[in-house]
Amino acid sequence: MAIMQVNPTRMELSRLKKRLQTASRGHKLLKDKRDEMMRRFVMFVRENQELRRSVEAQVEAALKDFLMARSSLSAQALEEAVLYPSRKAEVAVERRNIMSVEVPGFTLSGEESGVIHPYGILDTSGELDQALLALNAALEQMVKLAEKEKACNMLADEIEKTRRRVNALEYVMIPQLEETISYITMKLEENERANLTRLMKVKTMLAEGK
Amino acid sequence: MSKIAVVGPRDSVLGFKALGLEAVYAQDAAEGEKSVNKLAREGCAIIFVTERLIQDMPAVVERYQNELTPAIIPIPDNNGSIGYGMQVLRANVEKAVGSNILLDQPQEEEQI
Repeated sequence: MAIMQVNPTRMELSRLKKRLQTASRGHKLLKDKRDEMMRRFVMFVRENQELRRSVEAQVEAALKDFLMARSSLSAQALEEAVLYPSRKAEVAVERRNIMSVEVPGFTLSGEESGVIHPYGILDTSGELDQALLALNAALEQMVKLAEKEKACNMLADEIEKTRRRVNALEYVMIPQLEETISYITMKLEENERANLTRLMKVKTMLAEGK
Repeated sequence: MSKIAVVGPRDSVLGFKALGLEAVYAQDAAEGEKSVNKLAREGCAIIFVTERLIQDMPAVVERYQNELTPAIIPIPDNNGSIGYGMQVLRANVEKAVGSNILLDQPQEEEQI
């Protein structure tokens, strides 16, 4: 590891020592942050996986139902049927803080009118009703999935960043500082010794000169 | 209150429209990208995109990755899942943990 370009002075030495202290402290903190984030992430990702599996199954089934419904209706009738939804699906977004990573929290808030079929029963088929019921059931899970998945995404990113920082500190910054400090200490000691021998030499020269 | 949107081929998203979601038809990735960007500008909080579309538009996913909203989430279309969502999940784990230790359970392989 290369040492830094510094003048071997006492000033520099104390400055570097302070930097080393800060770096080690930062390293420790970041490491703790990384570990905790990892723990949370693993928890989240497990949930996420569960959710995704169930949502995928639900949506798939619902869409298959929908396909059946579509085949029994004319395209136009279907289009008309769903053209004006009787309710609105919206989400309330809030910010949540997971280890200083801002992740969104979603809460579904469709008006619970109880009616999810925005059409008359006369010119549509029962399959369509079924498909919409299934989709509606899936929707809540889907919103939950969105929340979890987004959180996982953002956490994964942040963990990667933190890990890089930890590694940079651990394998570059701190060794470099340590080596530079030892280099300066050596240099200063060497100067000390040089000074001492010079003094001794001068002393003997003086003594001889008498 | 923010909207929820679904982007995908007509047959896959029509059903969601009846539930009050914003349904946007897109046949290919280019259209999909345009719609997602537009929806994001309009302040949609969640945008569901069908897997077959989203796998060809990584740029958009990347772009909103670090924003609070919108969350862009892959969903299966009416031809069934192609495992892209799970793939993303696994990529995330690999990114964060460094190796894929968690998710290699046998039922995973069957789904693909």
